[in-house]
Amino acid sequence: MPTETLPDLLTGLTLSAILFCLGLIGLLVRRNVIYLLMCVEICTNAAALAFVVAGAHWDSSDGQVMFIFIITLAAAEVAIALALVLQFFRRRHTVDIDQLNGLRG
Amino acid sequence: MTAVIFYISAATATVATAMVISSRNAVHALLHLIVSLLAIAVIFTLYGAPFAAALEVIVYAGAIMVLMIFVIMMLNQGDAAVDQEKAWLAPKNWYGPALLTAILLVQLLLLIFSGAEESAQRIHYIGPTEVGIALFSHYILAVELASMLLLAGLVGAFHLARHKRIETSEAPDAD
Repeated sequence: MPTETLPDLLTGLTLSAILFCLGLIGLLVRRNVIYLLMCVEICTNAAALAFVVAGAHWDSSDGQVMFIFIITLAAAEVAIALALVLQFFRRRHTVDIDQLNGLRG
Repeated sequence: MTAVIFYISAATATVATAMVISSRNAVHALLHLIVSLLAIAVIFTLYGAPFAAALEVIVYAGAIMVLMIFVIMMLNQGDAAVDQEKAWLAPKNWYGPALLTAILLVQLLLLIFSGAEESAQRIHYIGPTEVGIALFSHYILAVELASMLLLAGLVGAFHLARHKRIETSEAPDAD
C-alpha cells in the first residue's frame, strides 16, 4: 500500500534534525535535571524518527526494529535516571545540575 | 491531503518541543512533550509505520511520561521552582547554545540535502507482521539483550531509589 510521495525521506530527516537540535539547545541551556532528562528524550526520539523514516524509504523493516530497541533503551535509561534524580534531590534538596560537583574535591 | 496532515503534525511537534525547552513549569513542559510525541506518532502513521506509532503512544506518551510525572510529583517543587527557573532562564543564557546548535543544524541539513537524488521514491507501508518476523528471526539475539537491559534497569532503579541510602548519608554510623 504505497502512499503519496510527499512525506518523503528528506522532509522526514529535516524534521528529525530540527527536533534533535531543539533538544540539544534545551540540554545546553537548562540546569534543572528533570528538564535535562526531557531534552534527552527529545533527542532520542528524533533519532528514532530518522530510523523509521529511513526504513519507510528503503522498504525495510529494520527501521522499525531499531525504533523498538531505541524505545527499550529510553525506558531503561529514564528509569535509572529518575532513580538517580530522586537520590540527588534527597541528598541535596535541589535539582540544580551544578550542585553535582562533588568529584572536584 | 497526506502532505497537509504531515506539515500540520510537523509544525505541532516543533512548536510543542520549543515550548518544552522554554517552559518554566515542569508539569507544563511534560504536557507539551506529550503533545509533541503524539504529533510524531501521527507522522509515523503517515510514513506507513502504524506499529511504531502505537508503540510511541503506548510506551513514550504512556509509560515513560507517567514515570516522569510521578517523579515530578514526588519532588513537589511548587512555585519556588518556577521562580528559580525564571532566574536560570535569563535571555543571555540562550545566545551561545542557540548559535552553536544553529551551526550544527545547518551542517545536518547540508548533509541531508547533499544526497537528494533518490528522494522522490514512494514511501512503503511496513506493517506489524513484517516487523515481528524481522524482530524474532534476524534480531532474536538483540531481543534477548534488550530483555537483559530491561532487567538490569529494573534492578538498578530499585537499588538506586531505595530510601535506606539517605539514612546512611545523614547518619554515617547508622548502618
